Amino acid sequence: MKTKNGLAATTAAAALLAASLAAGTASAADLVISNWDGYMAPDIADTFKAATGLEIEVVNHATNEEVMGKLMASGGKGYDIVFVSSPFAEILNGQGLAEPIDHAAVPNLANLYPEATTLAYDPGNTFSVPYTWGTTGLCYRSDLVEGTPDSWMNLLQPSDALKGKTTMLATDRWLMAAGELAKGYSVNETDPAKLEEVKNLLIEAKKTLLAYDDTTFYSKLVSGEASLVHAWDGWCNYGIGENKDIKYVVPKEGSDLWIDTIVVLKSSANKEAAMKFIDFILDARNHAWAAENILYKVPNKAAMDSLDKALVEQYPNMAMAPADFTKYELLRDLGAAQKDYSRIVSEIKAAN
Amino acid sequence: MSFNATRPTLLAAPGVAWLVAFMVAPCLLVLSYAFFERGVWGGVEYTFTLENFARVADPLYAKIFLNSARIALTASVLAILIAYPAAYAISRAPRMTQPVLLFFAVLPFWSNYLIRTYAWIVLLNREGLVNNLLRKLGYTGEPLSMLYTEGAVITGLVYNYLPFVILAIYSVLSRLNPELMEASRDLGAGPVRTFLRVTLPLTLPGVAAGGVFVFVLSIGNFVTPALLGGGRFQMVGNLVYDQFLTANDWPFGAALGAALIATMIVLLLVQARATAHASGERAGEARE
Repeated sequence: MKTKNGLAATTAAAALLAASLAAGTASAADLVISNWDGYMAPDIADTFKAATGLEIEVVNHATNEEVMGKLMASGGKGYDIVFVSSPFAEILNGQGLAEPIDHAAVPNLANLYPEATTLAYDPGNTFSVPYTWGTTGLCYRSDLVEGTPDSWMNLLQPSDALKGKTTMLATDRWLMAAGELAKGYSVNETDPAKLEEVKNLLIEAKKTLLAYDDTTFYSKLVSGEASLVHAWDGWCNYGIGENKDIKYVVPKEGSDLWIDTIVVLKSSANKEAAMKFIDFILDARNHAWAAENILYKVPNKAAMDSLDKALVEQYPNMAMAPADFTKYELLRDLGAAQKDYSRIVSEIKAAN
Repeated sequence: MSFNATRPTLLAAPGVAWLVAFMVAPCLLVLSYAFFERGVWGGVEYTFTLENFARVADPLYAKIFLNSARIALTASVLAILIAYPAAYAISRAPRMTQPVLLFFAVLPFWSNYLIRTYAWIVLLNREGLVNNLLRKLGYTGEPLSMLYTEGAVITGLVYNYLPFVILAIYSVLSRLNPELMEASRDLGAGPVRTFLRVTLPLTLPGVAAGGVFVFVLSIGNFVTPALLGGGRFQMVGNLVYDQFLTANDWPFGAALGAALIATMIVLLLVQARATAHASGERAGEARE
């Protein structure tokens, strides 16, 4: 999950402009798909056209929040398919913007792990299809950190040696989750008193950080600028690929279970083509692309089974069994409490 | 006659239309959003409220405003201190070489703002060029933490806006009548006194224009603090950005934006008044 693009701050403004211009022009393509930059094979338009004869246009969003803002403003118009994290899929469904998944038209759903078909936000994959999934934990340089960090407190109240050498994710839900997990609270906590405690913990933690970083934390580990960073497991793999001393650990207090999903919008004029696209993605070979190239686990058993053993050995978290991480708490739609979360995160970022 | 009278308005029409469509209208839209409640997922719910403005005045956010103003002011003063001698030197250089020197002063603009800012990350980070150089020179202590500090943000702002200030001061210096300085010297003033009493006052409009320019561009800047401040040092631009793009609180972002725009307008008006005043004085002196 992620703000999967270059620096969120810098590119999102350009992306917003580009997307708002794009949204204003009628597209000639059969399907308009919004995804994070680099989250699908770059030649997907060509391979999909070769397979189905359908034209797709891919637009990028930098964050869940960004695409949600646009979808809410337009009632979903302008897009046929969006890739969003599961709480946002839940909201799209709650707002009546998500089209039910036509299982008869998506036979490749059979490739999914059983765990991926019973996820609490959408049992039976009625309005969303999981695309990638995983955990959020600590990514660290085993040669620079003494011992094995095994607690969220190693990040939030670092030892003197680690002060100024840690980074945290700044995206609302994951920033909050780090504090909530450390306190033993739910990652969907809404009790104001508990949220206040989490806020204070995170403000204290801010003073020990090198930076907030959603996009380049792994390269800070590689360069040695940082020794311990808050990371999505897949992105830690990018660091592991460059330095074997980099390791990933889920702290003992646990992780959230995050899932990036594919949702078809009710306003789509071409739902049949949209279902074909989902079926195309769920094809074992196509879905394996995501695992091999973005190094995220995919909930597709056939795709995961097809992976080269060497890849799984190099990136140990790719080998986590679904049962071992689907036990963690899913991020859920917070409803009205979402306002409290965004306000608290604004306050944390503003504090100094 | 009608030719002369109507042409100017007609010629201005495209420019005015552009300003109204892309400047005045969006500003009014932003201002109007500020009076409503937020939608949970962005957009606005049309329930009137003044809460957003009250929140701008909340000490937490007001402090960010003041902090941004302080950073922007520091950047302006540093930029002026660096730019003035540079502009002075350029204006005193032989006529033939002046364009070449100016060309070098604005050369950084030929590359993208982001790339120039990223260059500072490469230079300043803990494993960066500066620290590596220090190590080569025999420094053995902990690497210096220069990046993700307020100093790094100010450095980035000064670096990026310096050419504007050099140009603004140069343009005034180059139009200065050298006979004024000669007269000052003939009347017995030394070089320092001549500079302080003649040159500097006459070039203040350029200094003010450059300084206000840096201040206005800096206080609203969000790219430099995001990249060089590591997200830990928020300026008001980042706060506005976050409200629109991550917190999805458009009305609060709009209220912050309106406050920022108001600050800039006031400053630009003050600067315009100061410039008009200074040039009025000069015109008066010339008449005497």
